[in-house]
Amino acid sequence: MENEFLKNRLNVNRRHFLGKAAVGLGSLGLGSLLMPNLFKGDMAEAGLPLGLPHFAPKAKRVIYLFQNGAPSQLESFDYKPMLNKLAGQDLPESIRNGQRLTGMTASQTNFPMVGSYFKFAQHGKSGAWISELFPNIAKIADDICIVKTMNTEAINHDPALTFLQTGAQVGNRPSMGAWLSYGLGSENQNLPAFCVLLSRGRGNGQGVYSKLWTNGFLDSTHQGVVFSSGEDPILYLNNPEGTDKTSRRRMLDKLAELNHLGFEENRDPEVEAKIKQYEMAYRMQTAVPELTDLSKEPDHIIKMYGPDCLVPGTYAANALLARKLSESGVRFVQLYHQGWDQHGNLTGEMPLQAQDVDRASAALVTDLKQRGLLDETLVIWGGEFGRTNYSQGKFGVDNYGRDHHPRAYSIWMAGGGIKGGTVYGETDELGYNIIKDPVHIHDFHATVMHTMGLNHEQLNYKHLGRRYRLTDIAGKVIPGLLA
Amino acid sequence: MNSKVIRVSFFAFIAVAALAIINIKCTPSVGQEIPDVVDYNFHVRPILSDRCFACHGPDEKKREANLRLDTEAGAYAALEDNPKAHAIVKGNPEASEVYKRIVATDTSIKMPPPSSNLTITENEIKIIKKWIAQGAKIKKHWAFIPPQKSELRKADKDWVKNEIDYFTFDKMKSVGLSPSDQASKETLLKRVSFDLTGLPPTVEMQDAFLKDESPNAYEKVVNQLLKSKHFGEKMALNWLDVARYADSHGYQDDGLRTMWPWRDWVIHAFNSNYSYKKFITWQLAGDILADKMKWHPKAKEMLLATGFNRNHKITQEGGVIDEEYRVEYVTDRTNTFGKSVLALTLECAKCHTHKYDPISHEEYYGTFAFFNQVPEKGLFGTIDASFADPPNMRIKDEDVKSIFNFINKKDTSKLEVMVMKDSSKVRPTYILERGNYDSHGKVVDFTTPKAILDFKGYDKNRYGLTRWLFDDKNPITSRVYVNRIWEQFFGRGIVKTTGDFGMQGELPTHPELLDWMASDFKQNGWNIKRLVKQIVTSATYMQSSVVKDEHKKIDPENKYLARSTRMRIPAENVRDHVLATSGLLNPEIGGPSVKPYQPKGLWEVATSGRGSLATYVQDHGKDLYRRGMYIFIKRTVPPPAMLIFDASNRDQCEVQRTRTNTPLQALAMLNDPHVLESARVMAQEELSKNTSIDLAINNGFRKILCRMPSKKESDILKKYFEEELVFFKKQPQKIKSLQKIGEYEHKTVKDPVALAALLQTFQMMFNMEETLIRI
Repeated sequence: MENEFLKNRLNVNRRHFLGKAAVGLGSLGLGSLLMPNLFKGDMAEAGLPLGLPHFAPKAKRVIYLFQNGAPSQLESFDYKPMLNKLAGQDLPESIRNGQRLTGMTASQTNFPMVGSYFKFAQHGKSGAWISELFPNIAKIADDICIVKTMNTEAINHDPALTFLQTGAQVGNRPSMGAWLSYGLGSENQNLPAFCVLLSRGRGNGQGVYSKLWTNGFLDSTHQGVVFSSGEDPILYLNNPEGTDKTSRRRMLDKLAELNHLGFEENRDPEVEAKIKQYEMAYRMQTAVPELTDLSKEPDHIIKMYGPDCLVPGTYAANALLARKLSESGVRFVQLYHQGWDQHGNLTGEMPLQAQDVDRASAALVTDLKQRGLLDETLVIWGGEFGRTNYSQGKFGVDNYGRDHHPRAYSIWMAGGGIKGGTVYGETDELGYNIIKDPVHIHDFHATVMHTMGLNHEQLNYKHLGRRYRLTDIAGKVIPGLLA
Repeated sequence: MNSKVIRVSFFAFIAVAALAIINIKCTPSVGQEIPDVVDYNFHVRPILSDRCFACHGPDEKKREANLRLDTEAGAYAALEDNPKAHAIVKGNPEASEVYKRIVATDTSIKMPPPSSNLTITENEIKIIKKWIAQGAKIKKHWAFIPPQKSELRKADKDWVKNEIDYFTFDKMKSVGLSPSDQASKETLLKRVSFDLTGLPPTVEMQDAFLKDESPNAYEKVVNQLLKSKHFGEKMALNWLDVARYADSHGYQDDGLRTMWPWRDWVIHAFNSNYSYKKFITWQLAGDILADKMKWHPKAKEMLLATGFNRNHKITQEGGVIDEEYRVEYVTDRTNTFGKSVLALTLECAKCHTHKYDPISHEEYYGTFAFFNQVPEKGLFGTIDASFADPPNMRIKDEDVKSIFNFINKKDTSKLEVMVMKDSSKVRPTYILERGNYDSHGKVVDFTTPKAILDFKGYDKNRYGLTRWLFDDKNPITSRVYVNRIWEQFFGRGIVKTTGDFGMQGELPTHPELLDWMASDFKQNGWNIKRLVKQIVTSATYMQSSVVKDEHKKIDPENKYLARSTRMRIPAENVRDHVLATSGLLNPEIGGPSVKPYQPKGLWEVATSGRGSLATYVQDHGKDLYRRGMYIFIKRTVPPPAMLIFDASNRDQCEVQRTRTNTPLQALAMLNDPHVLESARVMAQEELSKNTSIDLAINNGFRKILCRMPSKKESDILKKYFEEELVFFKKQPQKIKSLQKIGEYEHKTVKDPVALAALLQTFQMMFNMEETLIRI
């Protein structure tokens, strides 16, 4: 059985390469920052080669629109009119049922429930309830799968984010993007397999940190590369003032001559590798600015993502850039939009946050669809946990806050192998506990890997004596999410 | 799969695509020969541990069929469900259930079961069969048997310089290799300078060494470098990774902390050649020792050293549960203890008994107990509440003038450092079920893993723990340190997995050498400088690094040391090299960390907006030119040029860095303003000397490459210089923008065109492959 898998996969691989060869040598060349497990004859544990999926994948690439700080599910995708009816009443202890509280509400004497200040309506064929804060996402209801039963153990941002990104609340384990880079390599030899884009909204923010896109114990070539909105889209990409492409070329030519002389002396294969890395750096200097230049995008695209997309560093600009990177073969594009931590003034802040992301998120899905790429691109939208159904601090039906809630929250996914136009899982009528079809973080990871053609139990890495996986020792694929 | 070290990015050329497909079909090459005498420790246990122990090993909760293969009693016993059968019948593989199961084709009885995704290769099966046939002797794990000095091996007397060489000679001969020639004097000088100080030899040092024809010329240089104040800096680098030292608290708000006086102490300790025993004892138990010896003039210094155990991250996130994080800190200390001084993956026993090594769940928490006595909080306060959460110590200005004269305190502001302290009342330590902070199991007493050495008769505190560690009967402490130092100088430990001496770790390539050195180190008072000198004056170390055909064929990884290994210098030293070469380096030792040039916006885009580290405020003047190790480490956004060259993010204890070779490194060397500024300053200096261009190029080459250029190299460099002259003559407007780089004084020179061309020439030299290689 296993051999058959392998045979099939090798065939796929050969076709893949012959296809590439027809495009020409230029598109290949140098290990992405970089990939090249396929060529190392490196073997994964079960004797399966890295750089190839374990079975036929639906998705080839991931774009993860991370809403950092935890957007409230109760004002977005989990409609709970009962909370409006019971507004001000104390959450029954039987519902809370021992859930530990964060330090911010642990001393609160009562837990007054509060319903959404924003109106909900049903959208699409599935009749999904979506709040008025997300009118554009509502329009793509038939393309997305809303998961209402995500759950985690972490109750604070740092451990929850770290858990969602690396499969463990603490520690320095590789993040999802690094795992996929390790497992599948890169599709584009001039770009990193794992790119990270950062933006910040107007709501209460929580920082991000490089640990979220770390390679952990994997080779550092799998580390997420941050694209910045500043002068250098990648660190140190631009030539210094006073030099240009031709002078850089002259230097690299002479440098190669000198390095070859060195090689004749020391015969170290590393020298050859070095020369090639300089050549790839040179090609990146052309490829990356072309890609990050959004000014040449046609008007209808600009219109779709909104005028913000021409302002570097905004969520909209990053969403558009994510499409371009993904289209160019970047395996995993990770966005973080900060500012979703509404402990207070939720009614004031959440509309601003939604305004930042609603149009561009929907545009990205539509854009991919129009290009015929949605089928092979998995788009994920969501935060690290949910928010409580009771108010934090001063209570008021039009001005309230919500604390962290790990037991149930909503995200949505679209494209690559995901069943669009569905709502998965149910919470109780108070939106506190899951009553049907829970999706734990580990299950989410297993499912994402499944869409990419990877068995989450087989993609592992032995480090200091132990085999590690993204899903640690748990996780199961959720068939209900799959097309 | 364990090729964490020296990983090169290989390149995907279409030409090799076909080859790659063939490659994938072959299993990675394992020694295909079956040894005449199969040794349990070296041949059998690695297979059993990796493929069997997870279900048939130390962890009784996960043990299948109540069969345990890691002990004699378990492996030879009758099977529980079939008392007539035995897992292993000495001398009779066919009667041994283990053998029957691994060769079975019926998947319902086959071992390991297909569901485990693990397989045993044909060759491995042959080894197990032969081992059983030869009597199936089970031995104690090699690392838990105390090291002994064995007889020196036979070796070529003309080649050997000290004891090390007898062992390496014997080993390389056994695989069919011979020692390489001694490296040239220029190579040796560059190698030993970088290895001992992290800095290039100056042109004056080069001249003096080349001229010195006395037989002990090299030894004189070694002695000089060992005395250099930069020796301590170089040695501290690895220890700062181990100790996860940083200048911020970590976690998401990531506020400022002031642990740098502790970092200054580490440098001081290496420079003063504190014995390893003192170095570790003070760091692990200096507070208890200081309490016992209040009269001691260095009592305060002992306390300062304990900052080691407070370097872990500390959260400032408002909503956290205090106990959850307090337990996290104790866990970090426990795991760091395991990895740094025992080279054991203690952390694997946090949630359950270790699956491979004899470390029980209870022993984990017994060790945890030592570090669980600190009167500390999980959340002391939110951001900027404290740069040094209690317990802490005040560094007084009068102390800085006397006992703390190694602390580079620059002003009179209040300075506090976190240190260790035990509460007066012992806090009970519970086994935490599945490792959860709030799932208390039974109370445990202070202890350590018994398989290493029984914790009997020692004080039940961290001081007792250090007595256990440095007990003459402790088999592991000296091996671990000797191995880590060895790795620093050879690029690969005798045990390659420097952080794992357990069953799943690699076996030593030179077990007798490791044991000889570990014993010798102990017998000579744990003297670190002596150990280092022993290594760098060995013939093994002094070999040329030229890679010959037979090396590629027999030993591409250089396990057998028939040559020296070319290694890229550590991230911090990349910067040091560039700055030292141009004369910009500010050689000051220690002090608060500095913020040199950094691409704009990195801190700002990732911050929560809270605290004094929300924005990056760059330093100016001399502080721009401090050594790499003094660059401010904000944990959530570590210095980018350091990470690009594989520095640790200081998140957790790390004993080993990877060494990659990536295009991002090329971009950093080509475009980082530090490198460009250095090239500019060098060009300025050379031109202001009014020497010829040939001489200027030659001087630059000697500084950057630490040797004379060959004729061919000179020709290429000169030609490049002339091409650039032509370019800048045509485009004079570019000269100004090119030399604008950097804040260091811009001197006017007579010939700005030559300046620009020379700048480019030096810049190219900085980018030569050899420049960053410790050859």
